[in-house]
Amino acid sequence: MFDLHYQLTSIDGLFVLALSLLVGFEVIKNVPAVLHTPLMSGSNAISGIILFGGITQLLGAATGDVLTIALASAAVLLGTINLAGGFFVTHRMLGMFRKTRQRDPRS
Amino acid sequence: MGILYLLSTIGLVQGLKFMGDPARARLGNTVAAFSVVLALGAVVWSSMVPGTGTVHLVLLGLLLAAGTVLGGVWSYRVAMTAMPQLVSLFNALGGLSAVLLGLNMVHGQGVDDSAKGASSVLMLGVLFGGLAFTGSIVAYLKLDGRKLPKAGQLHRTVARVLLVVQVALFLAHLLLPQPIAPFGTLLSTMALLALLYGLFLTLPIGGADMPVLIALLNALTGVATLLAGLLFKDPVMLIGGILVGATGLLLTMQMSKAMNRTLRSVLAGSIKGARGAGAEAEEQVRPISAVETASLLAFGKHIAIVPGYGMAVSQAQQAVYEMQGLLQRLGAGVHYIIHPVAGRMPGHMNVLLAEANVPYASIHAMEEVNDHMDRYDVVLVIGANDVVNPAAESDPASSIHGMPIIRAYKAKQVVVLKRGMAKGYSGERNLLFERQNCRVLFGDAKNSLQAVIDELKRI
Repeated sequence: MFDLHYQLTSIDGLFVLALSLLVGFEVIKNVPAVLHTPLMSGSNAISGIILFGGITQLLGAATGDVLTIALASAAVLLGTINLAGGFFVTHRMLGMFRKTRQRDPRS
Repeated sequence: MGILYLLSTIGLVQGLKFMGDPARARLGNTVAAFSVVLALGAVVWSSMVPGTGTVHLVLLGLLLAAGTVLGGVWSYRVAMTAMPQLVSLFNALGGLSAVLLGLNMVHGQGVDDSAKGASSVLMLGVLFGGLAFTGSIVAYLKLDGRKLPKAGQLHRTVARVLLVVQVALFLAHLLLPQPIAPFGTLLSTMALLALLYGLFLTLPIGGADMPVLIALLNALTGVATLLAGLLFKDPVMLIGGILVGATGLLLTMQMSKAMNRTLRSVLAGSIKGARGAGAEAEEQVRPISAVETASLLAFGKHIAIVPGYGMAVSQAQQAVYEMQGLLQRLGAGVHYIIHPVAGRMPGHMNVLLAEANVPYASIHAMEEVNDHMDRYDVVLVIGANDVVNPAAESDPASSIHGMPIIRAYKAKQVVVLKRGMAKGYSGERNLLFERQNCRVLFGDAKNSLQAVIDELKRI
């Protein structure tokens, strides 16, 4: 397994944190205003990957442990809606932008 | 398995990068979505334990399918004008998911009380998730135009107290050698406080500050995801969370900057109160009729349209596009000029205009055209107010002084479409309306535009 120690106490983890933060800022630094909304809803979709935690909990739960399963299921469902809905809505929005770019008003 | 994680992480970063480029934005979204699916496969694979049965997998499959269908249906059913609400709602769900995960960790596999690092991260995760959840719900309700209780100083004070209590609890847990309470109790308390904090923090924020708030709430869910990534030792969650947090934070800062306000003053929910003097003196405005507006426009060669929240409220974007077509047939060049914080979320106006088929090439950012505003024969301001108020440049005592504005006042002629004499969000008197070159067309933006269109058709 790809097992770095992702804990705050580990210097590897700190490296990952710091570097990704820098990468994150660099990647999106100069986004034109026209893309602000899609960028926001797209990144909002990505935050839905919180559901991965729910998957781990769900698959690791004992069959009789109803409460754990229920909570994990809810977390997975909500996260999936966030994730899928976010990507779909961004796709739809960007589709409109593309349509408008192809049309010339004078033609 | 590690390779899958690596590929998916690279995909996320690359996807987000593409999303910042108009030509590749759609590809970027697809790449990001695909990367997430890849990572999801890897997570399922590596989460399987000997106790995992078919029941678990079937349940998981059903949940994933149900979530995808629900999310898909919502996002295709909703009207484009309701986009800010939907994004807030999705964000709320992500936040709630984070809270549930956190609570489940204590209940289920259990976090060792003695592992201060992990349990502190867990507390923070629940805090950010809860805050993002209720905050986004409030934002959703506000954007949807629901009536909410009027918020005032009391709310702000409560919010501040809640914050202090949360920080104190967190520090007590982190620093004191003895546990102050059973960890489950502590975490539930924290979750409850965070949910309340989200309510009280966001209730007093509104109006023109919404874009800042929405971007910030988005960043908070990102932080919750990041923290969960640390707990679950999942690199994709960690990096995804960081990317979301960074995007949200960057947008938040850009939005605040565009309003010349600090994030703190937005969160404090107050603008320096508008001065009494300005509010008392009634503005001397010169009204104009739709017929006159049409003939002004018909004779203009260079026309600019400045849309604001008023356009969104009256759903006037289709009418605007129709008018653009008529004016172009009469030989005029039509530009749209968009202020960075026009509307209720970052880029709101761009989405509305795109929905109405307004071509990308005719949309201009404020900075592109602000130095040549005098070349426009007519500037049509549709439901925007503070973003064209010259007081921001000329009056140091004004509460919006220093905020970059679209210099509509420099145009040869300005026509402002507005419903009535209501002030902009800042409550400031708009010096533009009193200028010699400015006239006001009263009425609902869509109706006014329709009248102008009818008149233009006769020309």
